[in-house]
Amino acid sequence: MKKYRSMVLISNGDSSQSKGSEAVIEAIHQALNKYDLASEVYVTNIPDSGSPKAQPLVIIYPEAVAYGPIHAEDVDFLVSEHLYKGRVAESLRVNDPFEIKRIAWLVQRTGTMPAENRVVLEYVGVIDPTSINDFLTHDGGQAFPIVIEMKPQEVIDIIKKSGLRGRGGAGFPVGVKWQAVRDAPGDKKYIVCNADESEPGTFKDRVILEGNPFSMIEAMLIAGYACGADEGYIYIRGEYHDALEKITNAIKAAKEFGVLGQNILKTGFSFDIHVHSGAGAYICGEETALLASIEGKRGEPRSKPPYPTTNGLWGKPTLINNVETLGNIPPIIHNGPEWFRSIGTTSSPGTKVYTILGNVNRTGLMEVPMGITLREVIGIYGKGMKGGAFKFAQTGGSSGSIIPAILQDTPMDFDSYRNVGVALGSGALLICDDSNCIVDCVRVLMKFFKVESCGKCVPCRIGTEQTLQIMTDISEGRGTMEQLEQLDLLRKGMEQLSNCGLGQTAGTPIKNMLEHFRAEVEAHIKLGVCPAGVCAMEG
Amino acid sequence: MENAASQQKNNYDHPDAINRVRDIVFKTGCSKEDLIAVLKNVADCFGYISTNAIHEISRQTSISTSDIFSVATFYRMLPTTQYGRHVIEFCESLPCHVVGGRELFRALTEQLGIQPGETTLDGRFTLLTTSCLGVCEVGPVLSIDDNIHGNLTAENLPEVLAKYK
Repeated sequence: MKKYRSMVLISNGDSSQSKGSEAVIEAIHQALNKYDLASEVYVTNIPDSGSPKAQPLVIIYPEAVAYGPIHAEDVDFLVSEHLYKGRVAESLRVNDPFEIKRIAWLVQRTGTMPAENRVVLEYVGVIDPTSINDFLTHDGGQAFPIVIEMKPQEVIDIIKKSGLRGRGGAGFPVGVKWQAVRDAPGDKKYIVCNADESEPGTFKDRVILEGNPFSMIEAMLIAGYACGADEGYIYIRGEYHDALEKITNAIKAAKEFGVLGQNILKTGFSFDIHVHSGAGAYICGEETALLASIEGKRGEPRSKPPYPTTNGLWGKPTLINNVETLGNIPPIIHNGPEWFRSIGTTSSPGTKVYTILGNVNRTGLMEVPMGITLREVIGIYGKGMKGGAFKFAQTGGSSGSIIPAILQDTPMDFDSYRNVGVALGSGALLICDDSNCIVDCVRVLMKFFKVESCGKCVPCRIGTEQTLQIMTDISEGRGTMEQLEQLDLLRKGMEQLSNCGLGQTAGTPIKNMLEHFRAEVEAHIKLGVCPAGVCAMEG
Repeated sequence: MENAASQQKNNYDHPDAINRVRDIVFKTGCSKEDLIAVLKNVADCFGYISTNAIHEISRQTSISTSDIFSVATFYRMLPTTQYGRHVIEFCESLPCHVVGGRELFRALTEQLGIQPGETTLDGRFTLLTTSCLGVCEVGPVLSIDDNIHGNLTAENLPEVLAKYK
């Protein structure tokens, strides 16, 4: 497993570039090659930080030492001192205490690295997703032979010990779920891989499935063995044509290879996987709706309990895990639970795949340890804001919430976020700058919930409709203060009375909006103006 | 998928159409579990699911027509009314909205002269809105006949639309 020893950040904004930061980056790469460190050190650039006096700035983790200003001719000395010999190059260090304060968010984190740490995505983009041989030559398929030598309960104990939590949004402990399915009475059990990834802004599961479909098969085999199931389903959303094709071919190849089907590798264990394609319904990501859809029905959720762990597909005990959750299983088995616990935070070990989107300079996918902050995400991976200032982040669909700028230094893990009243969600980080209006954005979110509500239970069906109406009124300048009160009541009603997660969390954006952006909303109502200049106010 | 745009959709007026529906049912499966896949394949083949097709599926699978209709109307990708030659699905989720989706939508409705749910008079385009298409990194995004087009602006939109006759 490739793990970076150090991480180097170089400021490369306009101001740094005018002082030769590009030559510095070039020189660092040359020096790393010279000392044969290129494979151990992660180098990336960040936007301008601190004052121009100290630029170009170079920050080296895990020691979190800031150097600056650094010129191309200093680089060889810096790399040989800090990265090769392992001592701080004091002569180049930023010493001005005021300067240090200005870049405090970068130098406070000592001992850990906000560096990319690819566990689930490790072989995505590396292996040929159409070739099972390529998968096997890249350490793939090594976890299943370990598992088959163990007792099923031992496998579950490893997962429990690793502390892995579900990556679909709720963060439920995976080992506990596996145990519940294993302990459920019945001979016939199912494993379901939830690849109906429809949260707006989330596409991590698509990339995993397209890049390494074989790891999904291996993870499902392990889950099947541990839980006592012999049949699995992959429910993949209808829009993901490419992922569907890749996984279908991968299953075919695995069957030909003899690692899927009856009596796998003559161990007496049998497992078969079916692929089920969705037909365009967001709600089918909810587990009971997903099961109804596999059974060929309307994808309407039912009330829980009983949970799918005892009454799932066709009434049988069923394990439902997200793609990213399953993607963590083979590395945990292969490297051990202690290794997994060494990444991330105590309550949320491991990494998280995020999609970073919106008004940042670089959008895309990244996998980082749990517990890094939004400020680090925007600064290091988003390469800074595109123009405007950071206003809020939206963490994806119904399971996420709106994170205002004041919470950008909260570590991103399930518990830290829950403690401040927001949710991590499925891993989308939609970064919005101050050119966006909160009323307009919440209106768009409420429209999404209104369209995607299945209409089965009344609080959600009527609630999403009415909240959208009120949000539209406010954004068009017809809002009243009474409507704000009504909005809060509707939100609470949906939260407490709805049948499934969609309705229960549909009011979260409204809650966050009223909590953190009340003044902006009231400006729409009382003053009749949209401070961001987005809403078409009719007055 | 690439040549889906150029492919002429099968027509229900064809005398053989009902036989084709029957073939699809046999190839896909007759159990309730296969219903969504059957309907999807019929919709892919003909562009939508007609009342006659629902009756034929019902005859072959012994699932009641009301059950089939109720499933078909639940899912976005199982249309029961006829669309234009090309179907535009515009993503109106927040990630596309904040990176220029707002402006793109205005340009799109102006250039086509239709609102969501409508078809142009010449039957060339039907405009639908959809939730996230899962390619948010290149937003704003729209899909035409399952082909995804990203990083769109009001300026490069006509060029994309011109590819679909």
